[in-house]
Amino acid sequence: MKPQTIFDKIWSNHIVNENSSGESIIYIDRHLIHEVTSPQAFEGLRNNKRKVRQPEMTLAVPDHNVPTTQRNQGIKDSESKIQVETLIKNCKEFGIPYFPIDDLRQGIVHIIGPEQGFTLPGTTLVCGDSHTSTHGAFGSLAFGIGTSEVEHVLSTQTLILKPAKNFLIKFVGRLQKGITAKDVILDLIGKIGTAGGTGYVFEYVGELIDNFSIEERMTICNMSIEAGARAGLIGPDQKTFDYLENRPLSPKGKDWEDAVKYWTTLRSDKDARYDKVLEVDASKIEPQVTWGTSPEDVASINSKVPDPNLFKNAEKKKSVERALNYMGLTPGQNLNDIDIDTVFIGSCTNGRIEDLRKAAKILIGKKINPAVRAFVVPGSGLVKKQAEEEGLDKIFLASGFEWRDPGCSMCLAMNSDKLEPNERCASTSNRNFEGRQGRGGRTHLLSPEMAAAAAIKGKLFDVRKI
Amino acid sequence: MEKFTKVSGIVASIELSNVDTDMIIPKQFLKTIKRSGLGKGLFYEMRFDEKGSEIKDFILNKEPYNRSKILVSLENFGCGSSREHAPWALVDFGIKVVLAKSFADIFYNNCFKNGILPIKLSENNLLTVINHSKNPKNNLNVDLQSQIISGENIHINFEIDSYKKLCLLNGWDDIDLTLKNEKSILDFENTNLKKWLKPQHQL
Repeated sequence: MKPQTIFDKIWSNHIVNENSSGESIIYIDRHLIHEVTSPQAFEGLRNNKRKVRQPEMTLAVPDHNVPTTQRNQGIKDSESKIQVETLIKNCKEFGIPYFPIDDLRQGIVHIIGPEQGFTLPGTTLVCGDSHTSTHGAFGSLAFGIGTSEVEHVLSTQTLILKPAKNFLIKFVGRLQKGITAKDVILDLIGKIGTAGGTGYVFEYVGELIDNFSIEERMTICNMSIEAGARAGLIGPDQKTFDYLENRPLSPKGKDWEDAVKYWTTLRSDKDARYDKVLEVDASKIEPQVTWGTSPEDVASINSKVPDPNLFKNAEKKKSVERALNYMGLTPGQNLNDIDIDTVFIGSCTNGRIEDLRKAAKILIGKKINPAVRAFVVPGSGLVKKQAEEEGLDKIFLASGFEWRDPGCSMCLAMNSDKLEPNERCASTSNRNFEGRQGRGGRTHLLSPEMAAAAAIKGKLFDVRKI
Repeated sequence: MEKFTKVSGIVASIELSNVDTDMIIPKQFLKTIKRSGLGKGLFYEMRFDEKGSEIKDFILNKEPYNRSKILVSLENFGCGSSREHAPWALVDFGIKVVLAKSFADIFYNNCFKNGILPIKLSENNLLTVINHSKNPKNNLNVDLQSQIISGENIHINFEIDSYKKLCLLNGWDDIDLTLKNEKSILDFENTNLKKWLKPQHQL
């Protein structure tokens, strides 16, 4: 048989039907839903008297719109409250498993999927959220969809799709000490640009990826979408199986053995063909921080804000000028001289237990700069509980951070956690778009360790020098 | 879905790359549980100042561009969040066609589900359209059947996936089409759905 990539294998195992113009009906094994992109899909089902085909292959949780403080007082914002209540009502009506806001298992969809063992290798997994690419860390073909497609999956458990192209990202060399998965993915997005992956599924390989923990792999796959890729994939290995074994929703007993036997066949074949290949020297990667309003506007913390005049492409020059104007930065300014007033640690990119441990390690015995408002939003109730059992909450609180309840929070600022105009935030999230964290707010993306360093110094700072 | 055949109208140009869906429709409009009425939020932070007053020199606030049916932009239009609120806002505002050098995947797919035609153009053709749009008297015609964009001194053939074209021309609902294959879905489930794939929920 022709050698196949992991993408080819998962794709061909999910084809229900193929039409003459190259579209296939692809079976969907896992569907995560949340309050923001699902109400209109359920409305569509009702209007057309349609049912949910596989309710138990669906899992719902509120995350985008939930408050991260004073949960016991309910949701104060009336629109947010209606949206969350609508999700509850829809799940009840259609028999979909649902984690309520006061359940320990509640959290960001992309954190709870893996945590519960709902995310499994070799599956197709979708969600009405672009960061669904996170689940690719398990060798699951996982991607974001719009609300019409959410309705399509609910009703048919399939999607009509064309195959993506294969893009191999091969890391060589070892990371320098103190360099994180977040630095690796930000550096990559800087190299290939926000549209560099359009039409492709990334497959990440190399010793670096093998050595990364499952959570670090999730950080990498999570931001594949910021390089335009449909999905990111990492071939499953023993680490993947160890992470998933005995999770509440992962297979048990004989089923587990059957599953693992199948999962071990998923890694790409040796001579598989790729449409594109990029080799990245990991040893050259420095701590990364964004300076502009696109994740591709990224550089080493030890470099300077770029000069728009140095960009040859007239259009890029214009976009850099616009970004610097929005960000309130001057060409030539040292990135490690930029004062910040807010620090956000959390999100589906960096809201897991290892992220919190790494940030806390920097903060032990230290106080944050008094001019800084800093808060930690754990990715799920279980991450929060684990962190508290390890005493991480005490470290954060003693240093001056706030310790919040789980949700998407200031990654997209749909709840009350947001920046005021001209406020400047060091953020472990995934997007630095204009207005993303609040109108006029300025976002610098970085790792949890770098966020902790920024909180202590009150400015962007190379964590290796703390 | 409404059938898409031809569109004739004013073209508004937003000469930026990487126009993201946060820009097209900011988060505060995502709290709705409806698809309708999102036109007011389209490009909100570019159209309205912090007090909610119109920013006069933004293209979509200017006569006659406030009645545009066609939008032209540069590279990677619609990147970022998967929010379908972006095409909903465009449709509600009256935009039926988006022209760009390239589109982000999710946004591109979302357009077709809402009767919007996204067209990829070469840089030269894009510049021709942008220049053409500077004259507020200039209309542009987009004909999906013949795959031709035409106007004063403009004649551009465009590419489109044949299946997506068919769906737009007929206003077909994807779910209806898929449900015609229900037997195949059932067969697939019976032969391919391994036992380990069924999660045992404890609620």
